[in-house]
Amino acid sequence: MSPETDARRIAEQERDRVRFEEEVLELSDQVYRVARRLVSSREEAEDLVQDTYARAFRSWRSYTPGTNLRAWLLRILTNLNIDRGRRDQRTPATQPMEEGDYFLYNKLEEAGGSDDEERAVERLSQEGVVQALSAVPHDFRDVIVLVDIGDFSYQEAAQILDIPIGTVMSRLHRGRRVLKSELAEATVGETA
Amino acid sequence: MIDPCDQCEEMLQPYLDRVLSDQERAEAEEHLNKCSYCAKRYRFEESLRQFVRQAVSEPMSPDLKAKLASLRTPL
Repeated sequence: MSPETDARRIAEQERDRVRFEEEVLELSDQVYRVARRLVSSREEAEDLVQDTYARAFRSWRSYTPGTNLRAWLLRILTNLNIDRGRRDQRTPATQPMEEGDYFLYNKLEEAGGSDDEERAVERLSQEGVVQALSAVPHDFRDVIVLVDIGDFSYQEAAQILDIPIGTVMSRLHRGRRVLKSELAEATVGETA
Repeated sequence: MIDPCDQCEEMLQPYLDRVLSDQERAEAEEHLNKCSYCAKRYRFEESLRQFVRQAVSEPMSPDLKAKLASLRTPL
């Protein structure tokens, strides 16, 4: 290879890398939004996002241009999160509370004496939702965070978490029900 | 016989996720058109999803943004 083509190749690579880094940085708000709800504190989320970006910048060559960059980043992030031993935390011995999909609305209606669905949502608080989501067991919560908060498709969530798509669907389905049961408890009280 | 409202409750999530088959979707809609009990709960679920999204979204600090930019390969 002539020195000229070599220089051109290096310049092209450099351009690709700069473009990659810019695209990755543009996604940082979205990456943080997901990270923040995968872990319990802001500090942890910030560390996790920094480590993710450090690794992404180092291993940019392993990204295939034209494929889903956001999912690629989240794959790094969830793997780092697992490496940090979060997965070692035991899931609680008791099964999470899980009711039907109409349960939360029924509870709000019962407690509020009104059957207006817009009013029902207004009875929920921002803090209550944050608490309820953090009470959902990790396996379910990861999927809810990716799909409902991160806007990833079932397929993307399956790739990011390295689980079958059927597992994504069942965890999402059950996780949302657990979330609603937690919300009912936080908002209305005794759900038993 | 299965209660049509129970059946509709089971379809709520896949309906809103748009993963029902055309036939299932038509069945759900037929029931929702004549059942205000279920229709209300479907509308509630839609608003709830939006509310949850907004409630848990926390903006990233400008500090972190600057730190991420500083991790780039120096030119």
